[in-house]
Amino acid sequence: MAQAGKKTVLIVLRHSPYGSSLAKASLDVALATAAFEQSVDLLFLGDGVLQLLPEQDSHSLGIKNFGRQLASLPLYDINCAYVDAEAAARYNLDLTKAPVETRVLDPKKMHQLMVGYDHLLGF
Amino acid sequence: MIYSLLVLSSPISGQCSRSAADFAQCAIARGHSIHRVFFLDAGTMASSVNGVFPQDESDPVRPWVRLAEQHGVDLVICISSALKHGMLDQVEANRHERPGPTINSIFTISGLGQLVDACAHSDRLITFGG
Repeated sequence: MAQAGKKTVLIVLRHSPYGSSLAKASLDVALATAAFEQSVDLLFLGDGVLQLLPEQDSHSLGIKNFGRQLASLPLYDINCAYVDAEAAARYNLDLTKAPVETRVLDPKKMHQLMVGYDHLLGF
Repeated sequence: MIYSLLVLSSPISGQCSRSAADFAQCAIARGHSIHRVFFLDAGTMASSVNGVFPQDESDPVRPWVRLAEQHGVDLVICISSALKHGMLDQVEANRHERPGPTINSIFTISGLGQLVDACAHSDRLITFGG
């Protein structure tokens, strides 16, 4: 049975930053989870890696800049995000300029990562 | 086992919301418990009292109402998503000067802390939709 208290949570972000409101919702969940002092990590998977694009400018969309919100992750003690290596390569993403520090994982490593958490929250 | 559910999709787009309610009923029937159902993003629209459905389609709010009435399951909609989708209780309608409530009173409006709490108190958190 569940022991109430600290759980480890992996949030899996699969949506592009401005294609739907789910990217924002998943980041809000990550920040809230961290704010309540739960142990939380992020994995950007598939199209979700586009959230890590450098120099995002959402001004003309009339919505908040997603990259800027990602850059605030270290304030919540989330210092490193995991990234789907294949998707990052597919989109030719320059992760050295990503808004948050990243660590790329191949599919096998991603699987090993996922099994290590109490909860997976997939968006 | 203690379950909590996270519902992300609108009840009028696909089967996710309905499947989540069915899952909850089945889990309870098998002796498990549902700590909470948390509705986020378009999932919050499951609480709407304003939807009008053709006679040969079922009202997507009804399975949730049944779940809460039969088993006392805690149904919580995320406040920031709810406000954006026009899902208001009487308090929020008053606060934001809207004509009146738009959600079934069986749902509670609250913050993301309720999802974090659900994680902390559940063996499994199952996501529907997204």
